[in-house]
Amino acid sequence: MPTVNRMGFWLGSTAPLNAFSMHPALSIILFTTLSGAGLGLAAVIGLFGHPDGSAVVPQLPLLPAAVCALLLTGGGLVCSLFHLRRPTRAWRALSQWRSSWLSREGILAPAAMLALAALVFLDQYRLTVGLILFLLCLGATYATSMIYAQLRAVPAWNTPQTALLFLAFAAAGGLLTAATLASFLPDTPGLQAIDDRFLIAATLAILFAWAIQALWWRRLDKVGTGASTPETATQLGAIGPVRLLEPPHTGSNYLLDEMGHKIARRHATKLRHIALTAGGLIPIALLLLTQMSGTTPGITLLALPAHLAGVAISRWLFFAEARHTVTLYYS
Amino acid sequence: MTSLPASTDRRLGLVIDLDICVGCQACVVNCKAWNTGGYGAPLADSEPWGENPSGAWLNRVHGFEAGTGNAAAIIHFPKSCLHCDDAPCVTVCPTGASIKRSEDGIVLVDEAKCMGCGLCAWACPYGAREMDPAEGVMKKCTLCVDRIYNENLPEIDREPACVRTCPANARHFGDFDDPDSPVSRLTRERGGVDLMPEQATRPVNKYLLPTERDGAAKLEADGFNLADYADREPHGILAWVDRALERI
Amino acid sequence: MNEHPVNLSPAVADEIRKTTCYMCACRCGVDVHVRDGRIRYIQGNRDHPVNKGVLCAKGSAGMLHLESPARLRAPLLRTGPRGSGQFEEISWEQALRTASDWLAETRKRNPKRLAFFTGRDQSQALTGWWAQQYGTPNHAAHGGFCSVNMAAGGIYSIGGSFWEFAQPDWERSRMLLLFGVAEDHDSNPIKLGLAEMRRNGARIISVNPVRTGYSAIADSWIGITPGTDGMLILSLVGELIRTRRIDADALRQRTNAAWLVRQGPPERAGLFARNEDGKPLVVDGQSGQLTAYDAPGVIPTLGQDAELADGERARTVFSLAVEKYLADEYRPEAAAEITGIPAARIRGLAAEIARTAFEEAYEVDHPWTDIQGTRHPTTLARPVAVHAMRGISAHANGFQTCRALHLLQMLLGVVDCPGGTRFKPPYPKPVEAHKRPGKPQQPGQPLTGPPLGYPLAPEDLLVDDAGEAVRLDKAFSWEAPLSAHGMMHAVIPNAAAGDPYPIELLFLYMANMAWNSSMNTPGAMQALTEVDGNGEYRIPKIIVADAFASETVAYADLVLPDTSYLERYDCISLLDRPIGEPDLIADAIRHPVVETRGDVRPFQDVLLDLGSRLGLPGFNDRSGNPNWKDYAHYMAMREFRPGIGPLAGWRGAKGDLSGRGEPNERQLQQYIDAGGFWTEKLPREALFFKHVNAAYQEWAVKIGLIDAPAPFMLQLWSEPVQKFRLASLGFGDCQPPERLRRRIQEEFDPLPVWRALPDAGSDEFPLHAITQRPMAMYHSWGSQNPWLRQLHADNRLYVPAEICAEAGIADGDWAWLESRIGRIRVQVRRMQAVNSKTVWTWNAIGKRSGAWRLHPNAPEARNGFLLNHLIPDRDAGGSMANSDPITGQAAWFDLRVRLRPAETPGSEPRFSPQPDPPGLPEAPSELRYGREWTR
Ligand SMILES: Nc1nc2c(c(=O)[nH]1)N[C@H]1C(S)=C(S)[C@@H](COP(=O)(O)OP(=O)(O)OC[C@H]3O[C@@H](n4cnc5c(=O)[nH]c(N)nc54)[C@H](O)[C@@H]3O)O[C@H]1N2
Ligand SMILES: Nc1nc2c(c(=O)[nH]1)N[C@H]1C(S)=C(S)[C@@H](COP(=O)(O)OP(=O)(O)OC[C@H]3O[C@@H](n4cnc5c(=O)[nH]c(N)nc54)[C@H](O)[C@@H]3O)O[C@H]1N2
Ligand code: SF4
Ligand code: SF4
Ligand code: SF4
Ligand code: SF4
Ligand code: SF4
Ligand SMILES: [Mo]
Repeated sequence: MPTVNRMGFWLGSTAPLNAFSMHPALSIILFTTLSGAGLGLAAVIGLFGHPDGSAVVPQLPLLPAAVCALLLTGGGLVCSLFHLRRPTRAWRALSQWRSSWLSREGILAPAAMLALAALVFLDQYRLTVGLILFLLCLGATYATSMIYAQLRAVPAWNTPQTALLFLAFAAAGGLLTAATLASFLPDTPGLQAIDDRFLIAATLAILFAWAIQALWWRRLDKVGTGASTPETATQLGAIGPVRLLEPPHTGSNYLLDEMGHKIARRHATKLRHIALTAGGLIPIALLLLTQMSGTTPGITLLALPAHLAGVAISRWLFFAEARHTVTLYYS
Repeated sequence: MTSLPASTDRRLGLVIDLDICVGCQACVVNCKAWNTGGYGAPLADSEPWGENPSGAWLNRVHGFEAGTGNAAAIIHFPKSCLHCDDAPCVTVCPTGASIKRSEDGIVLVDEAKCMGCGLCAWACPYGAREMDPAEGVMKKCTLCVDRIYNENLPEIDREPACVRTCPANARHFGDFDDPDSPVSRLTRERGGVDLMPEQATRPVNKYLLPTERDGAAKLEADGFNLADYADREPHGILAWVDRALERI
Repeated sequence: MNEHPVNLSPAVADEIRKTTCYMCACRCGVDVHVRDGRIRYIQGNRDHPVNKGVLCAKGSAGMLHLESPARLRAPLLRTGPRGSGQFEEISWEQALRTASDWLAETRKRNPKRLAFFTGRDQSQALTGWWAQQYGTPNHAAHGGFCSVNMAAGGIYSIGGSFWEFAQPDWERSRMLLLFGVAEDHDSNPIKLGLAEMRRNGARIISVNPVRTGYSAIADSWIGITPGTDGMLILSLVGELIRTRRIDADALRQRTNAAWLVRQGPPERAGLFARNEDGKPLVVDGQSGQLTAYDAPGVIPTLGQDAELADGERARTVFSLAVEKYLADEYRPEAAAEITGIPAARIRGLAAEIARTAFEEAYEVDHPWTDIQGTRHPTTLARPVAVHAMRGISAHANGFQTCRALHLLQMLLGVVDCPGGTRFKPPYPKPVEAHKRPGKPQQPGQPLTGPPLGYPLAPEDLLVDDAGEAVRLDKAFSWEAPLSAHGMMHAVIPNAAAGDPYPIELLFLYMANMAWNSSMNTPGAMQALTEVDGNGEYRIPKIIVADAFASETVAYADLVLPDTSYLERYDCISLLDRPIGEPDLIADAIRHPVVETRGDVRPFQDVLLDLGSRLGLPGFNDRSGNPNWKDYAHYMAMREFRPGIGPLAGWRGAKGDLSGRGEPNERQLQQYIDAGGFWTEKLPREALFFKHVNAAYQEWAVKIGLIDAPAPFMLQLWSEPVQKFRLASLGFGDCQPPERLRRRIQEEFDPLPVWRALPDAGSDEFPLHAITQRPMAMYHSWGSQNPWLRQLHADNRLYVPAEICAEAGIADGDWAWLESRIGRIRVQVRRMQAVNSKTVWTWNAIGKRSGAWRLHPNAPEARNGFLLNHLIPDRDAGGSMANSDPITGQAAWFDLRVRLRPAETPGSEPRFSPQPDPPGLPEAPSELRYGREWTR
């Protein structure tokens, strides 16, 4: 059980050094980061798109935004395929929507992309379609989050906060992307100067997302492996504290590679700071700067990659600081 | 499909007796030997003679030390799939590859459907699923489904390979729904337990915990009354042994 | 809801071939499932007496044994410097010609200059006979570095050892005392037995410094300090005597406790008083007369001294024992100091033993008749069983400790008793029934007997006029008079030193002497390549017969590649290491179940071929043609005595006789048809107290184990041992060299004693270091098996938590471990359930880089290590082998060490990577065994 950070300051990771973690696979980090932002953007389009090809909020350059959303979401999904050992069978993932969140995600995300394509490319904007797109994005993001949040075996993830976290970051990423596009393409026909509303919305969404992240971290630092301990895992607690003497195999194995990953997490606290700085403080500062300076699209352009990098780092930590109960059999 | 059956006709599973398991790994290797040429793809090994040998196994035995001080207990701890009634590994599976059979409760992977996403392994709290390094499909204990019903085997051998091979008789197989089955009886009599009940998986497999083993310390308390005899005139023993002769 | 179609009844095998496992020496029966000519699966043979259907990890992995890229493919001749690993492949004809030329030259000059030593093999009846006919005394199997203390301690005391010659009465016992057993040669049977005891609610008490394996499941674990069991046991003996918890009737009827021991004059003191027929005398309690111990109707007294006809005084063995063990030195308080076990616990253990033996005794419905003709309507079960192995054997005080353990059993009356430890035929046999070691004659002539045997008196030693060794390993010399299994661990150091003489040819079979079966491994490796002033190798020629590219193969001049156990015939004979159970006699064969891969030959075939080429007596018929086509033919047709051959089943022309009968051409096929083994039940009246059981003796003669009844009494007092002591006191013609007189005098106590280990009390090296067998790995040869190696690809040093704390070493840290001959770097695992002065590791996991066809940076070489690098091959004085002074048993577990933190990781020492012999295949980077059968 990790001790609760005495300072109660959520940026100081209390995870023990060199402890086991979930394997932070690049494909999944990219997937959740990119498609999170992409779905967020698509949701923004769904809500604020306009039947005449401009937008409800006129500053949103609809076509580029749609392309962006499709690229981000699609790119994320493609990345996720790299996590599959049998990607040619990925289509089968559409079949189990009744029970599996991954299946639901696999259906909802492409469905969202289809709806978006229909909306933008077939000029099908109608409020109902926009709402459907919004709901599909919400659903897809929620489904992604639930892939993790449902796992009792990873107590760090097993909380409604995880859903909130994913949704908040999707919103932040979507709004920031929208704001960036709006500010970067001010001369696009039909677009006027940057509308403050996007900048403000994006700023607030980013703030909110990192606040949730902070709460999530705070919980993480307390949760450890949850109710499960080596003693419950082995049921040998009545004899006394339990520790592994002899691992089943002297070498590594799939379980350890995947769920008993060992990384030096000395830098967890630092990484939290970096994530927050890159993904929260810098974008917010840039957005405020943009707002104050009126039209300086270049500045907003920098905010997006910083944000995405910050989110990617937080997603790396999402895995690197989460402990699976299987590691109880190895500690 | 990967919804769980509301109930199964039988509940087949294992009882593992931690009181007698000596940690010999026979079940581990025999399981691999049976299954590598049996159900699904072979259980591959990477770098078999190389720098970092590893492979897919369906059963592993850990060694734990419990308690403190140098009278700590050592417990050998075999672990394979527990064929949970509320198997989270099944419901998370997006492809329909993971199933729990309604006829006997065995949790299986239909390898032809598996896309190797690994989510089921994440969902299993016990570490009972392993990705095959060569085939890229999920492997897990099949409860030797291709032995227990196999008509090419003599009836007496229709039990899991690990059970048949265990030299300490620490593994038992049977139907937990049948109150008279040996597994039900053992569970009842020895108070079989679930691993991590808090994970709400409702495992079918049960573990029998080690009996109390403070024997060495108990020896001290328990000696018969040596004072009755001790320190009598030592050579009196010689007369004593021959006194028996007088009885004849 | 389950649409998933499963083939519930896949085909399993084209054929099931039943043979005997040899992934270790336990000799279980296996059902080899063969499909398309390859092995689909191996399971235990349910009908087999040894394993009754179960199979261990090693046996289960047997199918991969054949896949190893380390398997030798063809005979090899050295081309580069020795040890460089440079070889060329040669033909078998070339190889056999070379070998027989070398062997013939040496035999002509001086057959002693051949040292022929074999390791883990089970063909000792053949190899021993070959050496005898060759005429070299320099032969032994691995017993001397393995467990000769156990074997000799047993045979000189009770006519058999534990090990594979006796086992606990699992079914009837209520308590098992297990001393220093991690795995034993009875791997599966012990586990089956422990499970049975647990089911029966019987207690298991394990005395062992480490609480793993069997100790982990024991009801009581007694974490003794290594090398002190003798003290514990004799303290128990003292307590039992002091509290009169002994079986006086058993002592009188089945042991020599009542025999009279002469008290003088000095040249006869300690020998038994005998009558004119040489029969030991007792005082008959009814008549008060001196009587032969086995006279009909005699009821000997245990406590009464006597005056002999010649006027000399004599005392009973028992009264001498009582005096000895009631002394203060064996008091629990004194023993507690030494053993680390609290006195109260020792007393409690004594009480528990006594209570079980006497208060839980019960009658079993087994009538029997003793050799004096007295009929016993039932047999009394004293349900205390004992089993022990190398934990007490592999110490320099092991012989006496083993004897102490047998003394304990004799006092309780539990030897071969229901509920006790029971012999497996052909045991028990009195020590006199064994042969004496054969002596060399003229070149060209065989030894006078087999090279190994059991000396009864100094005259039986192999020493020259100066009392110095005749054998290269100095077995049967005054340095180790009762070294019944030879002293293989002394062979290489002695040969390199030319002490007592140089040799010409070293011939090794199935022993990894350049690595895990040597002490001071770096020294052994150096000895194998050492050159004299002329640049000639000190060991001029080395032939190695092995199946794999082991560390030792690299040092061979000529390599004779062997088949695997699944490709050849082997003979598990009553004359060798039998597989019987207490209730039945059994032997078995191996036979080829798959086709041989590579240009390899069964070593036994090769040995017969060489014997024939050399014209060794008995190998050829009168016209000079080989007597046997091959080993299979030999197994069926060889006769040792009329009607007695290697195999006891299906003898006689019709194949319907057991034990005795003329050779049968179809015998092997009959074995194969029967599942690869033969058994026959003992008569019901012959099951217990076999050494004094008339029905057993009669049956043993009938079946051919002996030619005439050979009943005997268990020996508390060992007269052969006393004879060596008398010699040390200056009596007799055969005298020890002066330098050894004192040592013989101290060690050769005819009653069991405990003596501190030679290096005990060393402040410089305060810790004991020992090894254990991992259950899933067989010495070095398991490491080329990809499944087994995943279980044990490297090893750690297990260190008591408090020592870790003292030394500032955390779990997983690296540390230097130092002994008086060197240091190694090891990775530490913190442990609690271990004796507080003991560190330990798994045996034989560490490998030389590049050996066994493993990657040069394999974990076995990178992180694995051997304690052997630290184990001195000489005593502290540097002149004698690190051995038990009585039996020459290698004292592996006497190692003393100290520990300190290391700065950098990685195991040390590291030797230059060993190159692969030519012709071996690439090691594949992936294995998918069985894919042809899975869709
Ligand atoms: N530190 C320490 N050292 C010890 C011990 C200990 O407890 N601690 N124990 C000692 C004891 S008791 C023993 S018995 C020895 C054992 O040590 P060894 O007798 O050296 O046993 P192995 O390592 O099994 O090596 C046997 C050789 O046989 C070869 N081999 C395997 N199968 C076959 C076959 O079918 N045919 C042929 N021709 N060769 C084959 C292997 O390749 C290997 O080279 O170790 C001793 N060394
Ligand atoms: N799996 C497997 N089986 C094998 C072998 C193998 O390599 N692997 N090798 C075979 C061979 S050649 C042999 S000789 C046998 C050996 O069989 P075992 O005798 O079982 O072999 P070891 O592992 O040497 O066991 C020694 C035990 O004694 C303990 N011990 C050490 N010192 C002392 C002491 O002073 N007192 C007491 N009471 N205990 C002590 C150790 O902790 C260890 O548990 O096993 C055979 N069987
Ligand atoms: S033990 Fe794991 S793999 Fe097996 S059914 Fe339960 S959750 Fe699934
Ligand atoms: S790895 Fe295979 S079985 Fe497991 S969840 Fe993914 S698709 Fe299903
Ligand atoms: S039941 Fe079969 S598959 Fe499962 S662990 Fe046992 S041997 Fe392996
Ligand atoms: S085979 Fe039996 S005793 Fe051996 S590890 Fe497996 S369960 Fe334990
Ligand atoms: S104990 Fe194991 S390796 Fe040894 S013979 Fe039996 S099955 Fe084979
Ligand atoms: Mo041995």
